[in-house]
Amino acid sequence: MNDTLYYVLSALLSVGVLLGIRWMSRVETAVNGNRLSALCMLAAVVMVLVRGGILDDSAIWLGLAAGLVLGVVLARAVRMITIPQMVGFLNGLGGAASAIAAWMTLQGTVALNTFEVATGALALCVGALTFTGSMVAAGKLQRLLPQKPIRLPSHQMLTVASFLAMLLGLVLVVVLPGQRLLFAAITLLGSLAFGVLFALPVGGADMPITISLLNSTSGVAAAIAGMAIGDVLLVSVGGIVGASGLLLTQIMCHAMNRKLSAILLGKGTDKPAPVPPVQPVMETPAPVVEAELPPPKDAAQWINDAQDVVIIPGYGMALSQAQHAVKQLYDQLIGAGKRVRFAIHPVAGRMPGHMNVLLAEVDIPYDMLFEMDDINPTMDKVDLAIVIGANDVVNPAANTAEGTPIYGMPVLEVEKAGRVMMLNYDDKPGYAGVPNPLYQERPNVLLLFGDAKESLEKLLT
Amino acid sequence: MSRELILVLVFVAATLLGYRLIKSVPSLLHTPLMSGMNALSGITLLGMITATLGAVAFHSKALGVLGIICATVNVVSGFMVTDRMLKMFKGSEHKEDKP
Repeated sequence: MNDTLYYVLSALLSVGVLLGIRWMSRVETAVNGNRLSALCMLAAVVMVLVRGGILDDSAIWLGLAAGLVLGVVLARAVRMITIPQMVGFLNGLGGAASAIAAWMTLQGTVALNTFEVATGALALCVGALTFTGSMVAAGKLQRLLPQKPIRLPSHQMLTVASFLAMLLGLVLVVVLPGQRLLFAAITLLGSLAFGVLFALPVGGADMPITISLLNSTSGVAAAIAGMAIGDVLLVSVGGIVGASGLLLTQIMCHAMNRKLSAILLGKGTDKPAPVPPVQPVMETPAPVVEAELPPPKDAAQWINDAQDVVIIPGYGMALSQAQHAVKQLYDQLIGAGKRVRFAIHPVAGRMPGHMNVLLAEVDIPYDMLFEMDDINPTMDKVDLAIVIGANDVVNPAANTAEGTPIYGMPVLEVEKAGRVMMLNYDDKPGYAGVPNPLYQERPNVLLLFGDAKESLEKLLT
Repeated sequence: MSRELILVLVFVAATLLGYRLIKSVPSLLHTPLMSGMNALSGITLLGMITATLGAVAFHSKALGVLGIICATVNVVSGFMVTDRMLKMFKGSEHKEDKP
């Protein structure tokens, strides 16, 4: 296969991938969009195998076969609730592969020019930090590591030191190419350490941003590795992935009112969650006694009275696996002729769009799932807002409590609805650690504490 | 035009085009989008195959196979999970009143 043909085919496959992404913008065409991207990938692998004349290299076939089997097993076994850690884990594998490809290029016997050495070292660095960062993030999501922000002694200093080692190695690789493996090793170690140190302080609420960001770096790593190897398809597809992750990161940061730089440096989440700043707007809520709560039959009455209902799911719904109970409630409400909509906050769950997947899994029609900006303007006409395992994303303190982590964050304005029913585990603040004024005694707020699934089942009977 | 320049230009063009296209994906589909993108980042598999082909020493070859396994799992699992997720999204059959 000559170079011209290779470039033409690469361009065609890149267009195929872009078309696949275009199809991802509508639910009706998204399945085919994903399959088109997969087909382009398969074609690309075949093309490389043919071009390299490697049809008889048993080692490569062994790797492909093992990866195929493992991949299929993993994809079939994963449950929808664990998608965030799955994506994190796969991201890590992608980063590792890019780093290995870069390392092999650097240590190979072929003479490299400066561009190849520089991009090779950079791909090694981005791939390695994607690997360790993703694995730590996945470990936190899987609860193999504590979900709280973890900070080692002199964490900031270690982070800076690992970053400098990474940078120093990068510069020296280019300046003194004679010793490039030694300096590449320094870069590698610095990057591996930096990935760990960067991901450890990330708390639960910042996880969607971190996952998006690592998604971006895994693409960038592939693109830069492509520059080192001189493979144009790696560069184009890697670039697309990098852009996608970056865009999602921006959306998440905007939705949480966080600056990306603050998260990168591990700021904000340092604040110990249990001691929130004093808020002048509210008094300390009286210790909640279960008996003080209105009896559940009120809840049934409230549901009966309501014509226009909005359901707001949060990660608590996912944790207690309450999706099926939510679907039953939805069916019951629809059956009674009520209007029911779901309001999805952009950062509800542990990755962008996670709630939508969980609700789609239990056959809730996707055209009943609405974004925050569509729901908020109509909230004052809503009779009843049912909050299921969500706290920070409905906390009105976001508008008033200056100096708290959620101040200025756009929230679902449930307090504007006629009545609010909150099915949360307890009255503790959410991940951001800011007390929710809705937990104070209010005539139009009904609190049902306990496991979301059990609370829902009580409502249904 | 040098090959290096072409590669950098391709990177810039792909990034800008991708950014524009992905902006039109609704937040409803952000999880499948991300997992699909994740699968695409396994494109590095091509680089792994090329690098492994050039490897002679046994330990390099072994490292190459390890990388190929990582990338293949990334690709296969990523696309399959995305497919599973997307197939779950179903619309309502015009019986519910639209808002």
